[in-house]
Amino acid sequence: MLSRTADHLFWMNRYTERAENTARLLDVNYQTSLLPQSAAMAQAGWQGLLSISELLPAYKEKHDTIVAREVMDFMVKDEKNPSSIVSCLSAARENARAVRGTLTTEVWETQNQTWLEVKRMIKQGDFEADPSQFFEWVKFRSHLSRGVTVGTMLMDEALHFMRLGTFLERADNTARLVDVKFHAVDKDFYGTANGKDQEYDFYHWSAILRSVSGFEVYRKVYRDVIRPERVAELLILRPDMPRSLHASLNEVVGNLGMVANDQSSETQRRAGKLRAELQYGRIDEILATGLHAYLTQFLDRINDLGANISHDFLVPVPA
Amino acid sequence: MMQKFDEMYTKLPYEFFTHGAQIRDHYKIYDEWLARQPGNMMAKRREEAEMIFRRVGITFAVYGDKDADGAGTERLIPFDLIPRIVPAHEWRSLELGLEQRVTALNRFLHDIYHDQEILKAGLIPREQIEQNAQFRPEMMGVDLPNGVYSQISGIDIVRAPDAKGNGEYYVLEDNLRVPSGVSYMLEDRKMMMRLFPDLFSMHRVAPIAHYPDLLLETLRESSPPSTAEPTVVVLTPGMYNSAYFEHAFLAQQMGVELVEGQDLFVKDNFCYMRTTRGPQRVDVIYRRVDDDFLDPTVFRPKSTLGCEGLLEVYKTGHINICNGVGTGVADDKSIYPYVPKMIDFYLGEKPILNNVPTYMCRNKDDLAYVMANMKDLVVKEVHGAGGYGMLVGPAATKAEVEDFKKAVLANPSGYIAQPTLSLSSCPTFVESGIAPRHIDLRPYVLMGKNVQMVPGGLTRVALKEGSLVVNSSQGGGTKDTWILEDDAAPVVAVHPQTQAEAQAQVEAQDQVQDQVQNQNQDQSQDQVKAK
Repeated sequence: MLSRTADHLFWMNRYTERAENTARLLDVNYQTSLLPQSAAMAQAGWQGLLSISELLPAYKEKHDTIVAREVMDFMVKDEKNPSSIVSCLSAARENARAVRGTLTTEVWETQNQTWLEVKRMIKQGDFEADPSQFFEWVKFRSHLSRGVTVGTMLMDEALHFMRLGTFLERADNTARLVDVKFHAVDKDFYGTANGKDQEYDFYHWSAILRSVSGFEVYRKVYRDVIRPERVAELLILRPDMPRSLHASLNEVVGNLGMVANDQSSETQRRAGKLRAELQYGRIDEILATGLHAYLTQFLDRINDLGANISHDFLVPVPA
Repeated sequence: MMQKFDEMYTKLPYEFFTHGAQIRDHYKIYDEWLARQPGNMMAKRREEAEMIFRRVGITFAVYGDKDADGAGTERLIPFDLIPRIVPAHEWRSLELGLEQRVTALNRFLHDIYHDQEILKAGLIPREQIEQNAQFRPEMMGVDLPNGVYSQISGIDIVRAPDAKGNGEYYVLEDNLRVPSGVSYMLEDRKMMMRLFPDLFSMHRVAPIAHYPDLLLETLRESSPPSTAEPTVVVLTPGMYNSAYFEHAFLAQQMGVELVEGQDLFVKDNFCYMRTTRGPQRVDVIYRRVDDDFLDPTVFRPKSTLGCEGLLEVYKTGHINICNGVGTGVADDKSIYPYVPKMIDFYLGEKPILNNVPTYMCRNKDDLAYVMANMKDLVVKEVHGAGGYGMLVGPAATKAEVEDFKKAVLANPSGYIAQPTLSLSSCPTFVESGIAPRHIDLRPYVLMGKNVQMVPGGLTRVALKEGSLVVNSSQGGGTKDTWILEDDAAPVVAVHPQTQAEAQAQVEAQDQVQDQVQNQNQDQSQDQVKAK
């Protein structure tokens, strides 16, 4: 397969996944903001959301204060913000259009329809009218896109590069989500002893869980009240939690193995090592070194993996 | 302009929905069917078609054009619901004529780039070839697989009355560089079968869906002879090109890679593409970029659409480029008048398809005739294109004719002139209802080891009343083209639907659609509730 084609496929899925995770995050923040809480806390939530995506400077260039509505607009429909939902969906569709011949008709039509619809919805003010419904829609289009991909694409390289994009992006996004939410609790999180009141904890942690569709999963796995250590464990180490770092890395390693070429062994080794650490790691060890420190190095390594994948498969080799 | 000559009706002007002898035989079933349809049916089907085209993304890009949102540089090609029907016997003779013409044109190209027998025989003045901007001296003496230059030819054909008032096909133009539009031919058919399945059960319409198969076969046959399993690719200028949809569509339908210039490189006089598993050799390029952009070391130095060193690989015979480099010298307006002579010279046959009679102002007699009769003629600049540098005599003012006369006298060899043809029209569904509009036809002729084609082509229609311009960039649309398999009445007797039945059927289909839409809405509402 053409390197350029693989590159488009990889990024098409990264952008789709990013749009979904942004919608999840915004939705949770929006729902949380409907609860009674101090203005400072609400603001901290929105600020965290911007810093998670490293967009705080870009936002501050345009806006003086952090206001819920403006943050949402910035993250949803600002076409100048490359990480806004509209920008992501449009980038996904542009990548799809560049390789539409490689995609099945259903996959292409799904991407194209999503893009046509999102433009229409933004224009009609559907997002302002009901943000939650809009976020639901974004999530469902992403589900549909994944489903139609797995359901119709030939199981060859093209599919593996798409899946690689999805799960590398998901590992990145989940790590950022965990980081910012635990960061909001304290400077760094080493385990509960801070004695925050239980009511705050419940809403705070359940919000994280809901943002990754993990609330019911948590109950099912732990059959217990919500404790931050376990939330961290679920989202980082559980291989059966579909949005966890471990599960994402399993997919990354698997798909990487399927497309391996002569020069990719180092990339595979690094991916395998990262996966092994998640497989054999324990949450108390991670917390002992500090969660933020752990996640920061994890994000660096994901970034490094992305660069290596581009080098080995995607970026054209000079003749 | 008075409508005089129609595909569906033998007598004009006509009133629609009045039936009788004036309907041409091959349109009778369609006419009866149309009369049974409820009044709102066509409008509903058109809406449906537009929705589907947009979802599927069958669009062409309009350069520098933006809609109110600053987006929407992609437009749908207007698609007309009424088919253009061609009876079997007419197609049979068209098919023979096309094969003959394309064969002769390819022999001509081979001759021009080798021994130039036709010039030596004095049939075409040498300077008309060698001073032609489309002539590529780089190609002299280069041998191509099968000796074929134009593997994919689009021949533009119109139908008009001859001296006796009988319908006759005329070739208006040969397109031997990168003829486009074949994807619309295929998509229009798919759409018609989806919208009007019952019509297809009443007619024996020749299928065309195997075109990509024939194209792939042609391209594989065109590979350099040393390759047993040739790798074929489609070369596109990229996704912002107006015909990008078609490039992607054809690559997908043939199951080959769609490459851009940046994906190709030349090493040791072979051409490779960059893949996720390293370099892979390319044997045949179906290029959708012009000669000028193929190789910056030979043609335009700054172009990034092609590949450095490609022409040398091509001349060495390590790759084939389809269509060949330098085919433009055969489809130029100044060469067009010589095609009947070529057919005689190379094949020793009489031309089956007519040229439009053409006066070459470079000849003294022709010039005198043109000057005397300009108000009745269409005068064209030899190198003009897209309707520029052209005078339509009957529609021009006296002053315009006088100006043009001066221009022609100043440079006679720069002009040709043709009689104003009364192009045929075809009933078309426009804003005001069903009305006649002018059409042409572009069949696609393939030539690898042999000539092949699917029965059909792209019918383009000038949607503006009285207009003769069918280009999509100037308000032209397309129609599905039906070549009937035989001219006899259909074998299966079709139970004629009454108008009430037809109405019921349309309503039933609409209800199904409404239900689907309602379901979608219900689903999204449920999602909100579930939260």
